[in-house]
Amino acid sequence: MIEAVGLTKRYGDKTAVYNLSFQVRPGAVTGFLGPNGSGKSTTMRMILGLDNPTTGQVTIGGYPYRKLPNAPRQVGALLDAKAVHGGRHARNHLLCLAQLSGIPARRVDEVLGVVGLQDVAKKRSKGFSLGMGQRLGIAAALLGDPQVLLFDEPVNGLDPEGILWVRNLMKALAAEGRTVFVSSHLMSEMALTADHLIVIGRGQLLADMSIKDFISANSADFARVRTPDTEPQLREKLSSALTEAGGHVLPEQDGGLRVTGLPLPRISDIAHDTDVRLWELSPHQASLEEAYMRMTQGAVDYRSTIDQKAGLQQPMPPGAQPPMPVPGQGQPGWYAPPPPQQGGQPFAPPVPQGQPVQPMQPPASPYGAPAGPGAGAPNPYAAQAPAAPPAAPAAPASDLTKPEDAR
Amino acid sequence: MAAIQVVRSEWTKIRSVASTVWTLSLAVVVTIALGMLISALSKNEFDKMSRSDQLSFDPTFISFAGMSLGQLAMIVFGVLVVSNEYSTGMIRTSLAAVPQRATFLVSKIAVATGLSLVVGLATSFVAFFLGQAMLGSHKASIGDTGVLRAVIGGGLYMTLIAMFSMGVAAMLRSPMLSLGILMPFFFLVSNILGNVSATKKIGRYLPDQAGSKIMQVVTPVDDSTPYGPWGGLGIMTLWVVAALAGGYVLLKKRDA
Repeated sequence: MIEAVGLTKRYGDKTAVYNLSFQVRPGAVTGFLGPNGSGKSTTMRMILGLDNPTTGQVTIGGYPYRKLPNAPRQVGALLDAKAVHGGRHARNHLLCLAQLSGIPARRVDEVLGVVGLQDVAKKRSKGFSLGMGQRLGIAAALLGDPQVLLFDEPVNGLDPEGILWVRNLMKALAAEGRTVFVSSHLMSEMALTADHLIVIGRGQLLADMSIKDFISANSADFARVRTPDTEPQLREKLSSALTEAGGHVLPEQDGGLRVTGLPLPRISDIAHDTDVRLWELSPHQASLEEAYMRMTQGAVDYRSTIDQKAGLQQPMPPGAQPPMPVPGQGQPGWYAPPPPQQGGQPFAPPVPQGQPVQPMQPPASPYGAPAGPGAGAPNPYAAQAPAAPPAAPAAPASDLTKPEDAR
Repeated sequence: MAAIQVVRSEWTKIRSVASTVWTLSLAVVVTIALGMLISALSKNEFDKMSRSDQLSFDPTFISFAGMSLGQLAMIVFGVLVVSNEYSTGMIRTSLAAVPQRATFLVSKIAVATGLSLVVGLATSFVAFFLGQAMLGSHKASIGDTGVLRAVIGGGLYMTLIAMFSMGVAAMLRSPMLSLGILMPFFFLVSNILGNVSATKKIGRYLPDQAGSKIMQVVTPVDDSTPYGPWGGLGIMTLWVVAALAGGYVLLKKRDA
């Protein structure tokens, strides 16, 4: 059990963490999320007694870390995979950590086997790849068979086999009743691993809830409906019929419709009654990534801007289209719809001209994860007829009615 | 946590990096080789020396002449032992495993000091005997008054230099910064201050100037140094204590 109460850390006049209170319970994997620079690593360092909180305190099992009896047998941590002396070989690195807490050398060979580094045990760690460094760091965390484990970005640099292994390892550790606290930026990975989430932004707590609650609180499930692209009037017709029936309809960039507030069979019935053919009617569950993006978009410190390539622009070959901006660059307008209860404005006014509309080039998911509904996945059924572009591109999020430069 | 465990761990750390072997061997080789060379040269020059120089000829001190360079390798050793932790980030792993920072620092310095002492004493004795062998008829014997004290003192001097560097490195954390301050200081600044008559009175209280007094057996004719061999070593020890205390205070309150 890790417990933070009113944790605050200031570096000079910069507040890295402000009044953070949370509990990390045993028996579950707790994900620790937040944008770059939001204070995750600072919080982890304070948990481990490396940094002193300006005010507030954080305890493990009731003790501040520095007072914890035989700390390395109770807490294992991976903070930074590269924080090893490159000239020391892997086994000696673990051996000197093991000796600190009276762990026999036998255990070093055990954990080397567990993380799959037994063949490079006598190699200097400066030749290690990032993934091998992560494995070594995880081995160090496991050394003392601790009840509390902290991992800062453990899957960074791991191969797919390693990612799967870490995921199963975390779950197994939690299933044994241990406390597992993991930070990561890989949302798809978190969605698979974590049971509970603590989300911070700009050093403050944004959410502390189960992953299921987090997704439903921050993003609504919806149905995607697609009418024949060849007949745009059917789309208008269905939109008004669905709205009349109490649903919220949101046009998507690629010509589909997002419908919330109506169950799928009801949408089908309405379409039938209004004599509109459907090319697609599919349920979509919001992903953790979308829910996270919605929650943290106001707390992102480092946001990419559009690359103007001043002076680097090649003359365009005749007939070429200007490139489409990468989603998320300078315009956070592609997130999942807001949950209806949050006073979202589903009928966002059409974005004025000037925003490029290219129906057949759906924006890719920024993390290369399987494109979620918010990212406008390419629709295989629409591939044959790209003729009619949608009347107006969608601005799904409620607060996007402001002009872009206002944020 | 038993301190003995931390000491064992620090021993594993120190023996498992190449820099330990390199810096210490360099200190041994340079001190001994340069001492032998200068001893051999001094033997040939002896007859051309002035009367007062012949009177204050100190064969023991001459055989330690290599220490002015050899100590630089000891400084590198002391700096690297401590600052390696910071430059690699290992300090966070170490302090997460040993939250008691006093135990951590004391163990680390104890292990490195023990190793320096063994190496320093061995170097001092070998440098003395080989240097005397080079001096031929002008040599001193280990049984002469003050000679054994000077030889053991040479080992202590090397150890204290390494300890002082550890303290400075614990304060400054960066190996480059620590070496950038310590190397020119001991190689140039201290010598200049100690040899220019205007600053001599201050210069002789610097750690290396004061400490090297322990290696003198014959006092120079016009010597006005207000402290004796052990007094000098005491002054050096005070410097070391100050550096280590500074390092500890900063480690204790600083974020790792």
